[in-house]
Amino acid sequence: MLFRSKQKAVAEAMAANLSMAAVEGRSPWADARERFLRNKAAVVSLILLSLVVLACVFGPMLLPHSYEDTDWDAMAMAPTWHNLHLFGTDDLGRDLLVRTLIGGRISLMVGLMATIASVTIGIVWGATAGFLGGKVDTVMMRIVDMMYAVPYLLIAILMVTLLGREFYLVVLTITVFSWMDMARVVRGQTLSVKSKEFVEAARAIGVSTGSIIFRHVVPNLLGIVVIYTTVTVPGVILTESVLSFLGLGVQEPMTSWGVLIEDGTGVMETTPWMLLFPAAMLSLTLYCANYIGDGMRDALDPKDR
Amino acid sequence: MSDKKLILSVRDVKVHFKVKGGNDWPWTPKKTLKAVDGVSFDLYEGETLGVVGESGCGKSTLARSILNLIPATAGEIVWMGKDLRQGSEKDWLAVRRDIQMIFQDPLASLNPRMTIAQIIGEPLRVHRPELSSEEVMKRVRAMMVKVGLREQMINRYPHEFSGGQCQRIGIARALILEPKLIICDEPVSALDVSIQAQIINLLKELQREMGLALIFIAHDLAVVKHISDRILVMYLGREMELAEKHALYDKPSHPYTRALLSAIPIPDPKLERNKVIQILQGDLPSPINPPSGCVFRTRCPLAEAQCAGERPELRRLSADTQSSCLLA
Ligand SMILES: Nc1ncnc2c1ncn2[C@@H]1O[C@H](COP(=O)(O)OP(=O)(O)OP(=O)(O)O)[C@@H](O)[C@H]1O
Ligand code: SF4
Ligand SMILES: [Mg+2]
Repeated sequence: MLFRSKQKAVAEAMAANLSMAAVEGRSPWADARERFLRNKAAVVSLILLSLVVLACVFGPMLLPHSYEDTDWDAMAMAPTWHNLHLFGTDDLGRDLLVRTLIGGRISLMVGLMATIASVTIGIVWGATAGFLGGKVDTVMMRIVDMMYAVPYLLIAILMVTLLGREFYLVVLTITVFSWMDMARVVRGQTLSVKSKEFVEAARAIGVSTGSIIFRHVVPNLLGIVVIYTTVTVPGVILTESVLSFLGLGVQEPMTSWGVLIEDGTGVMETTPWMLLFPAAMLSLTLYCANYIGDGMRDALDPKDR
Repeated sequence: MSDKKLILSVRDVKVHFKVKGGNDWPWTPKKTLKAVDGVSFDLYEGETLGVVGESGCGKSTLARSILNLIPATAGEIVWMGKDLRQGSEKDWLAVRRDIQMIFQDPLASLNPRMTIAQIIGEPLRVHRPELSSEEVMKRVRAMMVKVGLREQMINRYPHEFSGGQCQRIGIARALILEPKLIICDEPVSALDVSIQAQIINLLKELQREMGLALIFIAHDLAVVKHISDRILVMYLGREMELAEKHALYDKPSHPYTRALLSAIPIPDPKLERNKVIQILQGDLPSPINPPSGCVFRTRCPLAEAQCAGERPELRRLSADTQSSCLLA
């Protein structure tokens, strides 16, 4: 009996709770996450890309070889279990698996750093132009147009031949020529958000300019920034391999996917695995990044709703 | 009306935009678009002024110039005896506590990345920073109940609401500071007819309860009929007629008002069938290049030679009607 009434009390309390409790709203971000998770290709790509990144970061520590030491028993060896040369070795007897992973580190690092740098520049440039508008906007956007017209490979070759083949130079070269898309997109979005009625509503209330920027405009730029960041990554990684392939990448014995692919192309007929494995890793990464980018766009772009 | 306190006085306000044609050269001189060209009216405590006119006649621009969202080019905007156009930033902040605005597009006027609680509470955070967040929440909840929103919705985001609910959120945001005047820029144009009535009734109720003055903008006379005390009819940035509601509906003094009135459907089918809808001839002239004299003369059925002469000003015809028609 006592138990019964207790149960009833609990049930009543729960009912009361239910009707009183505020319904948790679903933020646009939560909606986007759900849409992203429904996209199978994007989720699979995310998992694969995570595996690639983990392998590149931790793989070399777990394997018994170093990326620069020669294994005198195994010169230009095809993939084998012997000595755990799973991807084989190159013509100098260096383990290709370790070299691919180390090269991946460089490629991904270049990709990451150049993306961060170019995205940051693009956001600041585009948002400033969009906010200020008028003449400042016109001048800043003409500069962007001019940047597009610069023959970038020529400049890249010049920079690297003059200053040397350094990691940071590769990043710099890529950054200088890949921030403009982001700048254009962010400017467009800033202009559009700035003219939305909710910004006017905030001004009517008396919200300060700083708060309008940080509470009302910036949060509404984030979606498009995320989308464009995810599509910048594969572009930047690809540019890095193009530069490396042209002999403008990092210096031996350090390597990157682009450098490895270039080495492999030369000996394609005799030791094809030297081309196949790095090329496969690069392709896998680019595919995954592109699918993730697509998933992000579908998830975040309000127009498709 | 004389026993009521005058709160807002708009004197000969003009808002001109410098505009450039789409394919003009950069060095072509900019043209002047006269969106609002000399509008004057007074507004008393607790009163509702309806503002009516075709799309593009400058209603929104007039509303925005009162709040300095678009600065007026000329004229005086006197709020509680103070000319706001001479005011400092601080004066404006004080005014923004007393005058609030409700917008045409309910969803677009709410930040999609903020919850309802944040949206309705924002005016309090700006003007009453001393309030604790519990106090803010308490007031937000109370206001939600007042405008007919369920309290449970407090943590939701705007996209989860219907248009009518979004407009209620906009109203709650406008009311939370207990302002003296709310400018409603076509608050129901984007809503279904059945919801329109709900929102208008809600505004009327809240107005009575809180003693608000309203400036209620609409593009036809049917919508403002139930809520307004006086009505201002605008055309091409100019005032055509400013009259007490009954005077305006019963004996409109201006040909443009008559044309607008004839477009309102009459509920009685017999009368409706025999009614002559007066369709205005010609197109709306461009506010960049308005007709000389009476701006309505290119479409006015009564236009005469003298209408092209001097620009007619609003003049008082009777205690409750002012009109700018030369023949009225
Ligand atoms: N920022 C601006 N720059 C240039 N012209 C403008 C600007 N804002 C409005 N206009 C012009 O001013 C005129 C009046 O516009 P306004 O928005 O006030 O009209 P409205 O009466 O509110 O119309 P609607 O019923 O469509 O809302 C229009 O011709 C419009 O094109
Ligand atoms: S002044 Fe002339 S043109 Fe203007 S409304 Fe009167 S009659 Fe028509
Ligand atoms: Mg308008």
